[in-house]
Amino acid sequence: MAQGLLRFITAGSVDDGKSTLIGRLLYDSKTIFEDQLVSIEEASAQRGTDGADLSLLTDGLRAEREQGITIDVAYRYFATPKRKFIIADAPGHIQYTRNMVTGASTADLAIILVDARAGLLEQTFRHSFITHLLGIKHMVVCVNKMDLVDWSEDRYNEILEEFRNFSSRLDVPDIRFIPISALKGDNVVDASDKMPWYEGPTLLHDLEHIHVAADRNLQDCRFPVQYVIRPQTDAHRDFRGYAGRVAGGVFKVGDEVLALPSGISSQVTSISIGEKSVDKAFPPQSVVMTLANDIDLSRGDMLVRENNQPESAQDLDVRICWLSDQPMRPGARFELRHTSREVKAVVKEVVYKLDINTLHRMEDDLTIGMNDIARVRIRTAAPVLVDDYRRNRSTGSFILVDPTTRLTVAAGVVYT
Amino acid sequence: MSDYNMSHLDELEAEGIYVLREVAAQFERPAILFSGGKDSICVTHLAKKAFAPARIPMPLVHIDTGHNFPETIQFRDDLVDSLGVQLIVGSVQDLIDRGEVAEETGFNASRNKIQTPTLISTIEAHQFDACVGGARRDEEKARAKERFFSHRDDFSQWDPKNQRPELWDLYNGKHQPGEHFRVFPLNNWTELDIWNYILRENIAIPSLYFAHERQVIRRAGQILAHSDYLNLRPEEQPESLQIRFRTLGGPDHHRCGRK
Repeated sequence: MAQGLLRFITAGSVDDGKSTLIGRLLYDSKTIFEDQLVSIEEASAQRGTDGADLSLLTDGLRAEREQGITIDVAYRYFATPKRKFIIADAPGHIQYTRNMVTGASTADLAIILVDARAGLLEQTFRHSFITHLLGIKHMVVCVNKMDLVDWSEDRYNEILEEFRNFSSRLDVPDIRFIPISALKGDNVVDASDKMPWYEGPTLLHDLEHIHVAADRNLQDCRFPVQYVIRPQTDAHRDFRGYAGRVAGGVFKVGDEVLALPSGISSQVTSISIGEKSVDKAFPPQSVVMTLANDIDLSRGDMLVRENNQPESAQDLDVRICWLSDQPMRPGARFELRHTSREVKAVVKEVVYKLDINTLHRMEDDLTIGMNDIARVRIRTAAPVLVDDYRRNRSTGSFILVDPTTRLTVAAGVVYT
Repeated sequence: MSDYNMSHLDELEAEGIYVLREVAAQFERPAILFSGGKDSICVTHLAKKAFAPARIPMPLVHIDTGHNFPETIQFRDDLVDSLGVQLIVGSVQDLIDRGEVAEETGFNASRNKIQTPTLISTIEAHQFDACVGGARRDEEKARAKERFFSHRDDFSQWDPKNQRPELWDLYNGKHQPGEHFRVFPLNNWTELDIWNYILRENIAIPSLYFAHERQVIRRAGQILAHSDYLNLRPEEQPESLQIRFRTLGGPDHHRCGRK
């Protein structure tokens, strides 16, 4: 059974039914074990809920608040015969922006939940903007709690209209809308009989069928060398292989390639996955390549094509999300990690800070604290080989590490 | 375009291989924790693929409770031989003998809990700065937020405040002297993925995982393998059943499933 993989993020706050929706997906797709089901049925009965409270499947949040543990992205898994799914379940409140950014960084698709009674809220804009900022190409807007607005088509259309007005400013090519009731199960896994006016697919149908393989960059060849394999055994005395994950484009045996930053040309002589030879490599495969001549390549270098090169830059125009609870100190130095390369870096200038609820630029208050999103200019001690994030999520992204605490303090995307 | 689709097992494999290579590149003294269970066998298989045609550039570490089925030890030794890697055994019995831990007593006595101090003392003795394990996020609710690179302080403790956010596939393994990381390349795998991958890759696993006839006892809704290391209650009678093991590696109370 050759299932594909879909990684998606669900953003929402405590009240809009996110936990219930995830519970419903797990429950209706029959991913829950019988013993889990019995235990939530018992817990629901104790609390006097009608039916099983599906949010209990995922809700650890209350306990976490009581214990003072950092609220964080939780990853959950389910599968249907068509696909395996990885859900990044991120709390949606403003002080958890960094968590949503974290979960969104690896997601192919975002589910945005809207309470049909409340309509679009500040957090709807925030979640949609983060989806856009992190380069997610597919957004499914689930208008939830349709049971509480009498399954009203008018109400649904009103929300759609309002959302479309706002989303025209976002660079998200595929936006879909589905009226659902996560609580009652309508249009989540099974089609609703309460909303005959809606003729579109259910949420699960979209999740199973949305095409995401083409979202990966298959045009610009980028192979950051992650690790050099030199067996130094009798059987492989002279073997020198370059291990890494393809970050863009398609590499084929026989291709002419250019090594950066050295600028030396060579030819791909073999590509392998484990002990198996393959004739091509594409993202996100992890492979080993060998080259025709013995050039000195090491971790942090990149193989590309001569006629299609990334930008080699020391001055970067970037958007960052500040992740640390310590505010950014002006002039502070960082270690910048980009693909497999690490360079020293300093933030030269904060251009503006973004109010992520209104998308207004704030140019007066330029202090950067946890959860802030800002446009800044960075200077690196050595050139980095970057692409625009909107074109390549691997070669357009980086993190900043504090050299003293060793903690990851910021995440950034490059605009060229 | 369909030429460039990957199955979910291919994607999980590519991710696991990438994580293992990051470990080899970022750490000075990494190791793979090998329990003999199916998950650590999968990690070892991924490591073999990640570094081929070279040998796996880190030792396998087995925390040995001394309570093993002979099949497990034989399997471990054969695997180590075929891979040509170093095996380091951290012995629970040695710690007991030195008086550093006390053995549990009673009917549910197990050496599972005293594996942890043995692991910590092995990490300290060999100064490992990264220990790769086969744990998965879907094993239990509490693990749903586990990182790929999970930071441990110099007391080997997990401090939620010190866990680094992980974005894209940029893993930060920087640490102070004495601190180390636990690394989980199988974080995104489910139990079903593991079994499907074992089948697809034709990975050898200990014969205990296959259905066979064995002396077992039933206790609190579980079927436990009868062995010298299990203390029986007076009313408990070993019986013979056709079973297969669901978990190995937690060596005292191997749980079985009935065929």
